[in-house]
Amino acid sequence: MNETAETKASAPTARISTFILMVVFVTLALSFAALIFAVNILDQNTEAAWILILLGFLGVAISTYVLFQTRRRLSKLKIIVPPVTTTIECKKCGFKNVREFQRGDYIFKEGDNCQKCNEKMLITAIYREVKDKEKEKTSF
Amino acid sequence: MCSEGEFVSITAAILALQNDISQGPLGDTSINWILNVLFYVIFVVFIFYGQRIQTYVMIREVESSLYKLKYIKEEGRKITIETIKEIGKPQTDPTSRVDRFMEYFTIAPQGLDPAGIVWKLEHILDVRDTRFKDEVKLMAPSADETQTNNLENTLEAEMALNFIYKVIRHFYLLGKKTLSLYVIMQIQMILPMIMKEAEAYASALKAFAYGQPIGDGAGALVAAKLMHGYASTKIEKDCVIATVPFEGRTAFVIKAEGPGGNVGKPGDAVKEVIEENNGKIAMVVMIDAALKLEGEGLGEVAEGVGAAIGGPGVDQFKIEEELLKYHIPINALVVKEDIGDAVSPLRKEIVDSIDSVIERIKQVVKERTKEGDKIIIAGVGNSIGIGQ
Repeated sequence: MNETAETKASAPTARISTFILMVVFVTLALSFAALIFAVNILDQNTEAAWILILLGFLGVAISTYVLFQTRRRLSKLKIIVPPVTTTIECKKCGFKNVREFQRGDYIFKEGDNCQKCNEKMLITAIYREVKDKEKEKTSF
Repeated sequence: MCSEGEFVSITAAILALQNDISQGPLGDTSINWILNVLFYVIFVVFIFYGQRIQTYVMIREVESSLYKLKYIKEEGRKITIETIKEIGKPQTDPTSRVDRFMEYFTIAPQGLDPAGIVWKLEHILDVRDTRFKDEVKLMAPSADETQTNNLENTLEAEMALNFIYKVIRHFYLLGKKTLSLYVIMQIQMILPMIMKEAEAYASALKAFAYGQPIGDGAGALVAAKLMHGYASTKIEKDCVIATVPFEGRTAFVIKAEGPGGNVGKPGDAVKEVIEENNGKIAMVVMIDAALKLEGEGLGEVAEGVGAAIGGPGVDQFKIEEELLKYHIPINALVVKEDIGDAVSPLRKEIVDSIDSVIERIKQVVKERTKEGDKIIIAGVGNSIGIGQ
């Protein structure tokens, strides 16, 4: 069994209404016009030019973000199945074996014979481990 | 708040901007006038249609989550059908039966006259349980008891996903139809939590399908660890009990029967043990998984009093009634985890906390009971992937 298997979606595209698309493009056009105009008046009226530059960049940023958000494909969508490990221990000699989970495993199930003392081994734990980078770090 | 001086300078800048637009270096061209008018138009549009635009943005956000939910639900359905085919080896295609199962509902008893409602609820839940098991047996005739329980859990996880999808779709379509900010806002606000829960159920589906232990089984794992090596017998309903010597006391350790996905009826089991011992039980200790608040550590152990058991409340009611009858003190220990960890494969942090839970039980028992006393230790939770 492939426990790390990831399934991909059939890549449907998020639909976008014409109204939103129109608003985005008008904002984008206005923002570019504002930027061009700001460059032209920069020598004559610096204060007004900077306001226009600010508005222009803001408009470009917002409309680009909205455009990317709406065109984002759902192909990245995945159900991630984390790897699960099974710990098998020998109660007699303490030999421990950690392997990938197999269907039919359960905690306190008797497993194969111990490689060292040939006694029956026991499944003592089944768990998944989350890597440190996935854990949230907070000061509180 | 800006000062008068700042206000004057901002006004001057705006006037200068207007002046530049109308009489700028490009000359008094129509494009400058159009730009000027457009700025005012946008301003006015945002004043009158701001809420409508906000509604559209929220609808888009919900729509994006709805696509994700639809995908998760469809994937879950595929996994469920494949597992049924693989384990149950049915003669006919179980797809239509699975789809029908997804729409099953349970009607809670009428609460206008609340006297006796617990027993009515218990009866409804028993009927539901029997019906589910029968359906699973029809879908997967070759599955043994453990596999039947696991398949039932898998189907229930898929049912939960289907329900979440349908509720979000309902609010999305209603919001689109009415264009009411308040209709769409109520679902948009809780969407992150709903998505987290849906992702947890998606993860749980595979865990149930393969019979992996889940976070909710923390209590059952503690009980399993205590009773392992001692003879265990079946007790009402779907539970097992073992008599274990514990710190000089006699402990009746109870858990749901594993390794199939099963929570049993710990209420009935505790009641039966108390009655068999004529109420001569010095203390009951219950262990369960509890939802943690953000910021609390996963696998943190907390101690308190009361019946630590979730679900619809029938078992908690029965335990409380019985304890009151014989005035038996009850202590509770909980292992903290979030909803995602509770329904997905057991995390290492939870497994590591089991020994500290056992130490805390020992401490509580030694402090609050005498040697030779009889106590009940009930490990509550889903026993999937946990033997005894």
